Amino acid sequence: MSSAPLLDVQDLQVSFADRHGDWIDAVKSVSFTLGRERLGIVGESGSGKSQTGRAIMGLTPPEARVRASRMRLGETDLLTCSPQQRRELRGKRMTMVLQDPKFSLNPVMTIGEQIVETLQAHRPMSRAQALEETLSALVAVQIDNPQRVFGLYPHEVSGGMGQRAMIAMMLCPEPDLLIADEPTSALDVTVQLQVLSILDKLVSQRGMGLIFVSHDLRLVSSFCDRILVMYAGRVVEELKAGGLSQAQHPYTRGLLHCLPKLGQPVRPLPTLSRQAEWLL
Amino acid sequence: MSASGVGIRLQHLRVNFGSFVAVDGIVLQVEPGESFGIVGESGSGKSTLLRALCGLVPMARGGMTLFQAQGQAALPALGSPAYRRMVQIVFQDPYGSLHPRQTVDRILSEPLIIHNVEGQQARIVRALDEVGLGASFRFRYPHQLSGGQRQRVAIARALILEPQILLLDEPTSALDASVQAEVLNLLDDLRQRRGLTYVMVSHDLAVVTHLCSRLMVMQGGRCVEMAAADDLAARRVHEPYTQALMAASEGFRREQTENGV
Repeated sequence: MSSAPLLDVQDLQVSFADRHGDWIDAVKSVSFTLGRERLGIVGESGSGKSQTGRAIMGLTPPEARVRASRMRLGETDLLTCSPQQRRELRGKRMTMVLQDPKFSLNPVMTIGEQIVETLQAHRPMSRAQALEETLSALVAVQIDNPQRVFGLYPHEVSGGMGQRAMIAMMLCPEPDLLIADEPTSALDVTVQLQVLSILDKLVSQRGMGLIFVSHDLRLVSSFCDRILVMYAGRVVEELKAGGLSQAQHPYTRGLLHCLPKLGQPVRPLPTLSRQAEWLL
Repeated sequence: MSASGVGIRLQHLRVNFGSFVAVDGIVLQVEPGESFGIVGESGSGKSTLLRALCGLVPMARGGMTLFQAQGQAALPALGSPAYRRMVQIVFQDPYGSLHPRQTVDRILSEPLIIHNVEGQQARIVRALDEVGLGASFRFRYPHQLSGGQRQRVAIARALILEPQILLLDEPTSALDASVQAEVLNLLDDLRQRRGLTYVMVSHDLAVVTHLCSRLMVMQGGRCVEMAAADDLAARRVHEPYTQALMAASEGFRREQTENGV
C-alpha cells in the first residue's frame, strides 16, 4: 500500500446528456493522485468539484457517464468494479461527509441508531458492542453528552452537532479515504472551526486520505496540504498549502481578490472577468 | 432619491415567540444614509430583528420610529402601507424568495400593483437597468437565471418602490465569491446614488465591514458589542465573542485545535 498512492485518478470525465441527447461535460479530464494527506478541491458552483468527488465514490447519477483512463483506490480498480463491489467499498474503504446534516441524516431515526446501523452493516458485531462503539465514536467528535445525543433525532440537534454526528458515522468503519463535500458550509463560522479541528485531528490520527471539496479558497488553503483549483470542469492550478499568494492562474487570483478583507477596504471590489481561453 | 434620507430609532425592542425571547432590549439608532451591520451566529436573533423592522414579526415590547435629519415631515408608522413602501427587504436565498412560476415582469409589478403606482412599465424597465440586468431579462422565469441574477431581481423588487431604507438579510451568503463581489458593488453603488439607509445582517465580518461603517454584534437575542468598522480593522474589540468571530474569519489555524475556539 505504501508504494502505490491511495487514490490515483487520470483523465476523469463526467458527462450528462442534455435534452437533445448531446453530452455535456461537467468534469473534463481531471487527474490527480492522493496519498495520506489533505487535498482541497476548490471552485465555484458548476466547476465540477462535487461531481469529481461523487464519481470517485461511485455516486454519479445513473444517467450520467463516467469515463477515465485510470481510477484506482490502492490496488482496486474502480472502473471495472461491479456495483456490488462498489457498494462494499463505500463505507468500508471510502466514505463521504455531505454538506448539510439536516438533509443527509435520516430524519426518522435517532442519531445513535443510525451509527449502530452503519457499524453493523460493515462489521458483524453484537448490539451491545455496536452501542459501545457508537458512544465512543460520539465522544471522539467531542460530543460531551453522548448518551443524550444518541437518543435524539436529527431535527433536535444543532447544525454543528449534526455534522459532528455525521463525521462520527463516516469515520467509524475506519475508511482509508474520506471525501468531505462542503462539510462546514451550512455551519456558523465559529462552529465551522470546531468541526474542522475535529476532522483534522481524526484524519491525522488515523492516517486517512482526505479530499475536502469547498468553494471557500481561504478556508481550504488554511486547512489542506495541497489544493486543486477547478474551473469549468478542469483543474486550472495546483497549489501548495500557504502558497495562495503565489497563485499564477488569473482565475485563482481573481477569486482571491474579489473577497472583501477585514481592515483592507477596496472600493469597488475587483470582480472576476472570465476569459474564454480558460475553458480550453 | 432625496438628499435627506430616513433613519430608524429602536427603543428596547423585544420579540417573543411564545415563551421564547428571540430579541431583547435592543436600543439602536441608524442615522439617515448610514449603512449599519448586524453580525451574529444562527439563533442570535439578527434575522428576527430585521423582520421586526419591516413588520413581518410583531414586537412584544419597545418601539420603533423613523426619523429624518431635518424637516419634521410626518413619517409613516410601522405597519401602514406608506411605511412598507419606505422600508423594503432583500432576503437571503434568491432561490427561495422569488415565485418560481412568475416571470421577472410579474414579480416586479406585484409591489407596484399593491401600492397603486403609476407608470408601471417604465418603472420595471428602469429597475432592471439599475441592477444591471437590462430589459431582456423581463420575461424570464427565475429558473432561467443564475443565483447572482436572481439576487439582482430581488434587489430590483425591493428598489422599485423607491424606498428610503433597505433591509438586507444575508444578501450574498448563497452566492459564489465572485458573484458576491458584484452584488456588493451594486449595493454600494445604489446606496451612493440614492442616499439609501441600509441595515444589513450577515455572519461574515469581512462582508459587513466592507459595506457598513458601524455594526452591532448579537448573541442570544441581545446586543453584546457595538463597533465601528475601523475598530474592527484595527482589532479594537473587547468582547470575547467578537474576538472569536474575528479569529474565525481568518480561516483555520492548526494551533487552536486543542481548545477549539
